[in-house]
Amino acid sequence: MTPYLRLFRREVRLAFRQGGEIGLALGFFVLAVVLFPLGVGPEAEILRRIGAGIVWVAALLAAVLSLDRLFAADHADGGLDLLALSAMPLEGAVVAKCAAHWATTGLPLAILSPLLGLLVGLDARSIALLAVGLLLGTPALSLLGAIAAALTLGARRPGVLSSLIVLPLYLPVLIFGAGAVEAGIAGGGARPHLLLLGAFSLGALPLAPIAAAAALRQALD
Amino acid sequence: MNGFAANDGDLVAEGLACRRGERLVFSGLHCVLPAGGALLLTGANGSGKSTLLRLLATLLAPEAGTIAWDGVRIGDDLAAYRARLHYVGHLDAVKPALAVRETLTFWTGLRGVQVSSVDAALATFGLDAIADWPCRWLSAGQKRRLALARLVAAPAALWLLDEPTAALDADGERRLIASIEAHRAAGGRVMMATHQALPLADTQVLALEDFAPATAVPFAFTP
Repeated sequence: MTPYLRLFRREVRLAFRQGGEIGLALGFFVLAVVLFPLGVGPEAEILRRIGAGIVWVAALLAAVLSLDRLFAADHADGGLDLLALSAMPLEGAVVAKCAAHWATTGLPLAILSPLLGLLVGLDARSIALLAVGLLLGTPALSLLGAIAAALTLGARRPGVLSSLIVLPLYLPVLIFGAGAVEAGIAGGGARPHLLLLGAFSLGALPLAPIAAAAALRQALD
Repeated sequence: MNGFAANDGDLVAEGLACRRGERLVFSGLHCVLPAGGALLLTGANGSGKSTLLRLLATLLAPEAGTIAWDGVRIGDDLAAYRARLHYVGHLDAVKPALAVRETLTFWTGLRGVQVSSVDAALATFGLDAIADWPCRWLSAGQKRRLALARLVAAPAALWLLDEPTAALDADGERRLIASIEAHRAAGGRVMMATHQALPLADTQVLALEDFAPATAVPFAFTP
């Protein structure tokens, strides 16, 4: 087994065993979406208009909430030193960790999203666009989040600081993700939005690990 | 020089200086570590023992100076150098949710080698009976043993040990010393920071105080 696969498997295993790690993000996601109908009232028409945006914002916040588990524990227990000395470059370790983070956060969010789409009254086509958009966009959330998680290692309130760093970077994902559903409702083509979402994730795949690994090297010092 | 002449194959550090923040920890440091050698780092708290070990582990960059192994600068092939060293620092890199064997298998596998020797390594440090325990059940000494078991689970020519006997009981210390002597007999090298007199044969001592910069505080510190 390659070191990359080993690291990926350990991260997934840790997320499952440290119960609540996955549940926390998903629970937050569901609860945040459920709060909106209570706040803006149950008119189906209003909810349908803002539904996709609500689900996307909740997904963004849920992803931010789970970022601290990417590197903080390894930084605190000395594991980061050993990762830096392992047979793979630190950039590769970041990719493996992001892949595991996506598999335990972004992927479950995307799978759960049709249910929440129903809740806010989206039609079948909009729900499909929402789920596909989340599938394409959430890898970027994990990858960009890794930069913030690495930069804030050793900070006093890493959670707050990393959300301040990363939420502006998430804006394109939010705009094109919610835009895909809106374009679908308006009868236009959602395809360009989805393509841009995928492009954003693909662009983050080589670039974000380089930045995150550089920040991790600073944290080793 | 430190009183030792360097030969072919030696690990040689020359003119090393290291700065942590604004503070120069040591400068002009020389040391030579031949095959089978054991170099004990001594010095007061804060004299730079851990810093020197992290420097040799390539986790820190030196302010000045070079480290070369067999005449090759370690920066020239960092990956090859890292594959030849084990670093056991103050922290044990043990996750509470993973089992003892899982932890050792993971860290050994991360070095890109076969992981067949994991059970033997656990036995070397007396952990075979608790190999399936989750690490959250371990005491500080047992976690230390698990960290030290990484040394024997995958071979590496250079061991960098930072206070390896901390939290170890007498039995653990005996096992560590036996492992170090076996490692040295096979031509391995050990560099170790320690405050304890360990019954190791034929060791060299590097006193970090000898390389302390002239002025400890080069500027007025205003908090």
